[in-house]
Amino acid sequence: MSSITNIAGQGIPLIGNDIDTDRIIPARFLRCITFDGLGEYVFADDRNGSHSFDNPAFAGANILVVNRNFGCGSSREHAPQAIARWGIKAIIGESFAEIFIGNCAAIGLPCLTANTEAVEALQNRLLRNPATQISVDIESLDIHYDDIVVHGNLDHGPRQTFLTGTWDACGQLLAQKSAIQATAAKLPYLQFG
Amino acid sequence: MSERTLFDKVWDLHTVGILPGGQTQLFIGLHLIHEVTSPQAFAMLRERNLKVLFPERTVATVDHIVPTEIQARPFVDELAEQMIQALEDNCKEQGIRFYNIGCGNQGIVHVIAPEQGFTQPGMTIACGDSHTSTHGAFGAIAFGIGTTQVRDVLASQTLCLSKLKVRRIEVNGALKPGVFAKDVILHIIRTLGVKAGVGFAYEFAGTTFEAMIMEERMTICNMAIEGGARCGYINPDQVTFDYLKGRDFAPTSEQWDAAVAWWKTIASDSDAVYDDTVVFDAAQIAPTVTWGITPGQGIAVDESVPTVETMSIDERPIAEEAYLYMDLKPGQPLIGTKVDVCFIGSCTNGRLSDLREAAKFAEGRHVAPGVKAFVVPGSERVKLAAEAEGLHEIFLAAGFEWREAGCSMCLAMNPDKLVGRQLSASSSNRNFKGRQGSSSGRTLLMSPAMVVAAAVKGEVADVREFLV
Ligand code: SF4
Repeated sequence: MSSITNIAGQGIPLIGNDIDTDRIIPARFLRCITFDGLGEYVFADDRNGSHSFDNPAFAGANILVVNRNFGCGSSREHAPQAIARWGIKAIIGESFAEIFIGNCAAIGLPCLTANTEAVEALQNRLLRNPATQISVDIESLDIHYDDIVVHGNLDHGPRQTFLTGTWDACGQLLAQKSAIQATAAKLPYLQFG
Repeated sequence: MSERTLFDKVWDLHTVGILPGGQTQLFIGLHLIHEVTSPQAFAMLRERNLKVLFPERTVATVDHIVPTEIQARPFVDELAEQMIQALEDNCKEQGIRFYNIGCGNQGIVHVIAPEQGFTQPGMTIACGDSHTSTHGAFGAIAFGIGTTQVRDVLASQTLCLSKLKVRRIEVNGALKPGVFAKDVILHIIRTLGVKAGVGFAYEFAGTTFEAMIMEERMTICNMAIEGGARCGYINPDQVTFDYLKGRDFAPTSEQWDAAVAWWKTIASDSDAVYDDTVVFDAAQIAPTVTWGITPGQGIAVDESVPTVETMSIDERPIAEEAYLYMDLKPGQPLIGTKVDVCFIGSCTNGRLSDLREAAKFAEGRHVAPGVKAFVVPGSERVKLAAEAEGLHEIFLAAGFEWREAGCSMCLAMNPDKLVGRQLSASSSNRNFKGRQGSSSGRTLLMSPAMVVAAAVKGEVADVREFLV
């Protein structure tokens, strides 16, 4: 698995607080048995022509910039999967819902937080100049655009997993099989029944 | 940092080790799966040639996509049929217990696991569904996960997680007549906000919760996630033990005393340390209804829709969005707002006690002309038990439809959907834009009793008027 140390490219702003997972991918698109093809339905119910994801100026963008409590609502991984499959490689926002940020981490999609002013300034910059190039450094957590540097935040745990290429936890977890069995053996309730 | 809370004790007991990134590898005692978030996880297992490590610790059912009227197979909806078939095949291949439609034990995953006694105090419980917090009512650490994490649990029975902080939410005193568990949790979320719980587990404590039956406690914990808290729990007590005794998968009689003794030890100590504490007075809680597009946009039913001046700057943009979407004006009363659809059901309020309470208000009354009202039991067992008491006859006589078990119009991944701008009075848990199946459909969350009141009047009504 590959490490994620830097994400560079064009940004796409999405203005609004509390954008929930039903907005990101409406429930009707959950009727599927693979995540393939979800990318084209991201924000399906909001895409009325004036949505950022409809704007040709942002086609090909890979860094999404959002506001507060992004990804609240259901635990559906279809939401980060749809965003990732549209082409997004990193998300910068004021804050994220807990399950959403965990789901993103598990699929190698870093979500960095930054303060309101910095996020709004970046969004405004992108609206004025959609071609603005952004670079996100996972090591220093600095976000560069134009001649501006914003310091972002990312929890230590997920940050390490991106840097070391261990964000896909499965292998690490399975490496501990004997410790897993030992933990199971001391759980009282596994002996009941 | 919290200490000696139930959360700390259960977390420590299930810790397998600390991973190189600093996160905890946590053992998951009970894994619940359903058709929506599991097929991709099984596919990922197959890609890696992995088997389910503890198949006997996973329980499966089908709930989100099942039609609640005509359940004949194959389903009319081909995609839904594919999903149920995938679950059937995956469970068979991996030796996982599966409660399929018609087996007598099928239902919403958060209804069936407690009713069969799978959910027990002191467990860690995960499910690819955010309302897994429901199971915290038993004093378990229960939370929703994404599909990649479902894969991790299937493969290793563990998850890579960071520990949460613990906020104690204390509510004391008796609830006023016409006020239910649903109102308590809507009130808490309305007061603390939908983001306050991010990074926290919520411990619900105090005499109000102590006086609640298990089903009411489940309603409370179910919506912890709507307050941003990934899990919510209530310390186990005699009410918990009495509920569990004799259930299919509860400890057997020889094991019972040992189980109870252990369950008592995992409750939070009286000198436990919390990261935060908030206190409420039950007497201050009124029947509560949401008017907006987040579960935090709630008011007492007799209040008017709040104006932006009364809100913090932060809350204003989403309020403006809500006025527009809901077609409500700031300052207008909510009572008297015409409703089109009334829905009783979901993992929040689709249990037997919810249906009993709703039936009390429906008995001898009738749904207003032009209103579509329906009741969807949370499980096949709930349906059977309700029918044994004659509740279905009360509902049918009152003009409600009586359906088969499933998630139904809680999120409308099945034929039950709002149409166009219809306004629904709903006993479910989410009022997000488009949640109930129409991208312009509108939802008001409330208790089942309040849904009945709305159905009878054809408009938002105060259930306290119906108390005699
Ligand atoms: S009833 Fe609603 S909230 Fe509960 S599991 Fe089903 S869809 Fe999710």
